[in-house]
Amino acid sequence: MSELRAEGLGFGYPGFPVGRAVDLSLRAGEILCLLGPNGCGKTTLFKTLLGLIPRQAGRVMLDDRDILSLHRRHIARMMAYVPQAHATVFPYAVGDMVLMGRTAHRGTFSRPTPEDRDRAGAALAQMGIDELSGRDYTRISGGQRQLVLIARALAQDAQLIVMDEPTASLDFGNQVLVLNQVRKLAAAGLGVVLSTHNPDHAFTYATRVHLLGDGVTQAAGRPVDVLTPDVLSRVYGAPITVERLPSGYHVCVPTGLSSDAETRPPAARPALAGD
Amino acid sequence: MNPPGSPERQRARTAAGPIIGVLAAGLLLLALFAITVGPYPVPVDQIFAALLNYAGGSAALTDAQVETVLFSVRIPRVLAALLVGAALAAAGTVYQGLFRNPLVSPDILGVSTGAGLGAALGILLSMPVVVTQGFAFAGGLGTVALVYAVATAVRGHDPILVLVLAGVVLGALAGACISLVKILADPYDQLPAITFWLLGSLAGTQPDDVWSALPFVVAGLVPLVLLRWRMNLMTLGDEEATALGIDPRRLRVLLVAAATLMTASVVAVAGVVGWVGLVMPHIARLVVGPNFDRLLPAAMILGASYLLAVDTIARTMADTETPLGILTAFVGAPVFLWLLATGRRSW
Repeated sequence: MSELRAEGLGFGYPGFPVGRAVDLSLRAGEILCLLGPNGCGKTTLFKTLLGLIPRQAGRVMLDDRDILSLHRRHIARMMAYVPQAHATVFPYAVGDMVLMGRTAHRGTFSRPTPEDRDRAGAALAQMGIDELSGRDYTRISGGQRQLVLIARALAQDAQLIVMDEPTASLDFGNQVLVLNQVRKLAAAGLGVVLSTHNPDHAFTYATRVHLLGDGVTQAAGRPVDVLTPDVLSRVYGAPITVERLPSGYHVCVPTGLSSDAETRPPAARPALAGD
Repeated sequence: MNPPGSPERQRARTAAGPIIGVLAAGLLLLALFAITVGPYPVPVDQIFAALLNYAGGSAALTDAQVETVLFSVRIPRVLAALLVGAALAAAGTVYQGLFRNPLVSPDILGVSTGAGLGAALGILLSMPVVVTQGFAFAGGLGTVALVYAVATAVRGHDPILVLVLAGVVLGALAGACISLVKILADPYDQLPAITFWLLGSLAGTQPDDVWSALPFVVAGLVPLVLLRWRMNLMTLGDEEATALGIDPRRLRVLLVAAATLMTASVVAVAGVVGWVGLVMPHIARLVVGPNFDRLLPAAMILGASYLLAVDTIARTMADTETPLGILTAFVGAPVFLWLLATGRRSW
């Protein structure tokens, strides 16, 4: 059972601190959702958790061992990274992109084995995109690229996956598709930490939520406990309320807009004037 | 949904093995043809007879003159063209991947300019050819080492950007030094020699040249072949490569050193030959796709074929030899423009 834990983590760049004193943990089987306004340092935090940029304070522990003491190959076998869907410079086949996830399991001078190809194929099938295998990664849609990058993380066979805004720039259907896949992965025993700009995602999918604002933790815990109208309004700097739908889902709704009851009559006025 | 062109590319991928075989066979035929042509034509059957003789075969079916032409002049020159073309194409493929930029050539870190400066100094000081070649080799390696040292000293920036900028600056500096050497050089004797060297030529190829460059090319090629799968990860950028479990900084030093060693050793023999390292990786990618596993052999075969063809034209087209740098540009520039015009947005 893998566990990722940040203790008093300070992150940012030399002379340019972004966040401080962040404590969080991620265990296999759960979905941790990181929320926060633009520029609050979600991506920087993720890169620090992964050890891609040096941390400024605190510790990052992977199975009770400081990641600074671990070899990159060892970290990659335990924790995979799904960056925001991007275009590569060269048009690799989707199958080759996923195959790159196997690198940490092989020696420095080795090439992918048939076993690795099977594992990559299985990861593509798990994401439901095995028919893309021979296509160019540069010529598929943004949603498909995101699924390919997740498949690569699966092929990496790590128990923990860090996903940086997996739903950014996806249409609504692809957002649902990606998040449903994430839920399946958690159900299958993987731990996923993902960032999003949509608090509704946290309500619908997250086991726990971590709210970041002004470089510090604003709240952390179960979504229904943490994401209160007061907290959301304060962190995002806009009036927000939370409504519970009859189906049991929670949605965030902006308040104080023209669609509210007291401002509704003007919409009806043209009809009256036309009488 | 299916973008135009993708089915062909898919087919190209699955058939990469046979395609590389066909390219290699074409290269062999081209090499055989190149050995036959010249001021003293040698028919194919005589080539085989001479080769059999050379390998310790029986009766002397060939006359001594044919053997001299073949073994002292033509075969060394053909081998040199193959070696230079393959090495430059391999180095270009590596550099384009490492710098994640399809417009990069092996000269990006100043290896050719540095080698040019070394050779110009050797000629200015009236050194023997072997010493001049040594100067060129050292100049190429030294310039790239200096570029790397400067880039490593400048911390806190995008490491690749700093490396390229340092290469551009130091390359320009070396170019200025070459101009200075040209001004100091004897205009009737040394200056033409420097100019010709900077345009590249295999006209003066000695049998020993192949043997002096070969070990370095092989030494540079070994890490490229061993690391050819990981080379793919380097094109994703440092952060992604790190998250996938490799150490991109260490790998980059090794790969740059290997590609630079290959470039410097062949530039020392042939002079500055442009375009091969820039254009051949593109054509190879069109044929077998970007996976470095297949791209490296395809680019090397294509580079060797291209330079052999150009060099054969250079030595047969006119009474005086045409410098390679001119011909590779005349052929390379239209090809490159055609590649741009065919409108592939990704390489």
